[in-house]
Amino acid sequence: MTWGLTGVSVTRGGRLVLDGATLDVAPGGIVAVVGGDGSGKSSLLAVLAGLLAPTAGQVGTATRSRLGFLPASSGVYPDLTAAENLRFAATVHRMGSAAADERIRALLAITGLTAAAGRLGARLSGGMRQKLGVAMALVHQPDLLILDEPTTGVDPVSRADLWWLIAREAARCAAVVLSTTYLDEAERAGEVVVLDHGRTVLQGAPAGIVAAVPGQIRAADSRPSGPYAWRRGRSWRVWHPAGGDGEVIRPDLQDAVVVAALREAEEAGDE
Amino acid sequence: MWAMIVKEFRQMRRDRRTLAMMVVMPLLLLIVFGYAASFDVTSIPVRVVGTGAAEVAARLPAPFDVRAVAPAEDRQDAVRALRDGDVPVAVVADPGAITVLLDGSELFTANAARAALARVGGSPRVDVLFNPDLRTSAVMVPGLAGMILLFVGTVITSLGVVRERQSGTLEQLAVMPLRPWDVFVGKIAPYFLVAAVDLTVVVAAGTLLFGVPFHGSLLVLALGALLFLFVTLGTGVLISSVSQNQGQAIQLAIMTLLPQVLLSGLIFPLRSMPLGVRWIGYVLPLTYFTQISRGVMLRGSPLTALWQPFLYLALLGAAVVTFATLRFRAFLLPRGAGRAGRRSAPRTTAGAKP
Repeated sequence: MTWGLTGVSVTRGGRLVLDGATLDVAPGGIVAVVGGDGSGKSSLLAVLAGLLAPTAGQVGTATRSRLGFLPASSGVYPDLTAAENLRFAATVHRMGSAAADERIRALLAITGLTAAAGRLGARLSGGMRQKLGVAMALVHQPDLLILDEPTTGVDPVSRADLWWLIAREAARCAAVVLSTTYLDEAERAGEVVVLDHGRTVLQGAPAGIVAAVPGQIRAADSRPSGPYAWRRGRSWRVWHPAGGDGEVIRPDLQDAVVVAALREAEEAGDE
Repeated sequence: MWAMIVKEFRQMRRDRRTLAMMVVMPLLLLIVFGYAASFDVTSIPVRVVGTGAAEVAARLPAPFDVRAVAPAEDRQDAVRALRDGDVPVAVVADPGAITVLLDGSELFTANAARAALARVGGSPRVDVLFNPDLRTSAVMVPGLAGMILLFVGTVITSLGVVRERQSGTLEQLAVMPLRPWDVFVGKIAPYFLVAAVDLTVVVAAGTLLFGVPFHGSLLVLALGALLFLFVTLGTGVLISSVSQNQGQAIQLAIMTLLPQVLLSGLIFPLRSMPLGVRWIGYVLPLTYFTQISRGVMLRGSPLTALWQPFLYLALLGAAVVTFATLRFRAFLLPRGAGRAGRRSAPRTTAGAKP
């Protein structure tokens, strides 16, 4: 059984925000949707969560009772305590009192929020709030977990904690679809969907995407000429369809995504 | 400083609702309340009963407006007419004695009638019923009960729902296994209970502290309050559904509250308003709850005598709650679902892909 989208397009206010997006996620799989601001990540997740109706295409998603969702805003009630937030989610999902107690205790422990159980949502740090939001989304052990930028604005330690939580859910056989702006995180997913202005520019397993980068990527100490150059750390990188000067670099996912985005922009400019 | 002024003007220009509040509302209030804010009662409906009814009716000067002449009726019938709210003044014309009955729950009308009778002379006997001392508190407390219900129902409810939108938790609710009706009822039920407690406290304090009489049935008042609360809570939800933040919700709530307080007959009698303004009062729910609360508490009116305000409140309640539920449902449905449906877009499949 898989969940996903087939050729989904969404038009909002006369603007195409998602253009023929397709993805599949199986139980135990993690799909990372990456892209810059306004690339259509949240729209894609909103369609999969049933929050946004597609203009075209097919959506296969879990029923509400088997769906866990983390909105970009964390979905935590600021005027409820951490424990009360979890209790609300458990009650809505009709969990019995004893089962809810046990699950809430376990989730607070797993997320490291036991000491903050009585703290109001508004008084939690950004990382704690995101972890609580994820915990609320998986309180009922959903079949499909959709997380909208779970690690944005979160410190590195909390990011690691969140990824441990996400991997744990996948190991439990939940299908996970998440959006992120961090490409190092996306590399941990089984499949990556790279969006740019609503269009899918790359899709597949991270290793496959990297292996499929055409041409060569070379390193340079100063800014190379041409449209396909970008800064990476203290040095520059440049993509050549063939040949070129400088040390040839073995690309990673970040390089692959940048090359795809630059080529996409160049092609759009040509049109 | 110049940069701040320019920035404020730009923000003000984009916040059209506040701009409308600042420019249009004062003008509107000036025009409406300029006509409405009057305690002068220029026409007093009268029912004349008793064997000499026809003769007395012919002699009654303005501002008395004879609505019915019933020689076959007696004082009991006249009292019933007053209790049922048919007329605020009745004249019992028995042989050798004329008694004028005034409805004390209509304070300004009763005072105007007394003043007019003094001008007529002949000193007929005047009996003020339901509020014999013509105390202002006796008239205001039942109305205040409605105002408090209106405040809790509309202002507080509108804030409670819009808070959900502002904190971003509405999206969370939309994907949870909750029906729109569950969310709607779940949102308003606590405010409903708080408003019910408020009503009990206001009525108890009114009768115990201010000596306001309670002649009617508690059950009838409770029923009226129930209907009124449906309207006010529904209005609160409606306001929140068209507001992006709590500031906008409060603005809109005040815009619905102010006309109700001033045009419902709570402060200025409806009879003293020109027809052009009075009709506004007739579409406001507080007008009918004030009629019910004053009728039940002061006049002891039964349900049968108050069927009209009950009917109007029920109709208003049905309309507002239906509209609010539909608006709320639209919140929790996928965005753009309606449009996609109309354009015959491919059906969204719920459930696993084959």
